[in-house]
Amino acid sequence: MRLSYPTNVKIMKVPCTGRVDIIHILKAFESGADGVYLAGCLEGDCHYLVGNMRAKKRVEYVKQILDECGIGGNRVAMYTMSAAEGQRFAEVAHEMTEKIREIGPNPAKLQGSRGQANITRTLEPLRCVKE
Amino acid sequence: MIVANRKPFEEIIEMLKPYTRILLLGCNECVTVCATGGTKEVAVLASEIRLFRQKEGRPVEIKEFTLERNCDPEYVDALKPFINDYDVVMSMACGCGIQFVGEHYRNKIVLPAVNTTFDGVTEKHGVWTERCQGCGDCVLDKTLGVCPVTRCAKSIFNGPCGGSRDGKCEIDKETPCAWQLIVDRYKEMDMLYKYLEIQPVKDWSTSRDGGPRKRMREDLTI
Repeated sequence: MRLSYPTNVKIMKVPCTGRVDIIHILKAFESGADGVYLAGCLEGDCHYLVGNMRAKKRVEYVKQILDECGIGGNRVAMYTMSAAEGQRFAEVAHEMTEKIREIGPNPAKLQGSRGQANITRTLEPLRCVKE
Repeated sequence: MIVANRKPFEEIIEMLKPYTRILLLGCNECVTVCATGGTKEVAVLASEIRLFRQKEGRPVEIKEFTLERNCDPEYVDALKPFINDYDVVMSMACGCGIQFVGEHYRNKIVLPAVNTTFDGVTEKHGVWTERCQGCGDCVLDKTLGVCPVTRCAKSIFNGPCGGSRDGKCEIDKETPCAWQLIVDRYKEMDMLYKYLEIQPVKDWSTSRDGGPRKRMREDLTI
C-alpha cells in the first residue's frame, strides 16, 4: 500500500493490547513521551477474547491518573482496527500526532531526555515480539 | 482480608510536599489482594508522584519496596539497611502496617497513602465488600452465616427494622438488608423456627467499646 505515517510514532509490539498494563503507559510518559495510544483489534475480534476490552478500561484508568497529576488524560487514547486496515492505521497515527501536537509537549519531560531512544529502553521488557 | 482505598492524590502530594527522598512502601498481603497497595500499586503511585513533581520542577527520588508483611517484626526488619537513606516513608499498607513500621523506626515519619476501610471479601473480580467488624463475640451460628453486626447498618439483633424495602436497606438501594438475608438463609436451610428466638442485648465490651484488644498465647511467647 506504501502508506506513510509520522516518523515520531514509536511502535511497541505486544501480543495483545491486553498485555499493556497501567504502569507501561505511565513509564512511557516518565520517559518523555508526549502521548500514548493503544492500537487494538476491533471489539469482539480479540484473539484472547477480551484483551482489547481490558486495555480500553485500563486506558480510562490511566486518563484519570494523568489528569490527577496534571499531565492530562487527553494524551492517552485507545483505538481499535483490524490487522488488515493499513489505511486506518496510518490515519490514526496522523490523527493522534496532530492531537498531541496541539496539546503540546509532555510537561514532565526530563531535561535532555532523548525521547524515543529513552522510551524504547524503558519499555524494552514489554517487547515480546521480535522484529 | 483488610480492604483499603487509596487516598486522593491531592492529599498524598500535600503530605509529601516537604520531602525529596521518599521510601514508598507496599505490602504483599491484604492490600495486594484488594489491589490497593501491592507492588503494582506502589509502582503506579510512584510514577504518578514522579510525573507530578517533575512537572512542578521539584523532582523526587522514590524507592519502591514491598514487604512480605508490614505487621510482623521479622519482615519489618528488612527495611533496616536502607530506611535511613530516605527523608520519609509513605506506606500503602493498612493502618496496622503503617503504625508498626513507625514503631520500629522511631526516627522516621510514616505517612499513610491509603484509607484502611474494612474487613471483607472479594465478591467478584474488582469488587470487595465488608463482612466482619471483629466484635469479639461471633454470632454467625445464630444467623446462619450472615453477620448482623456488619451487614446491618444499625447492627440490630432482632431485625429487620422499618427501613427494609424489597430486601434492600434504606441507606441505599444497592445494599441488601442483612435481616432479609438472614431470613432467606433460615428458609433455605428449613430452619425458620430460629427466627422466633429473641436475641438478648449484646455485650459490646469484647468489641472496640472495651478499648484496644490484645491476644496472647502463653505457649508461643519467647
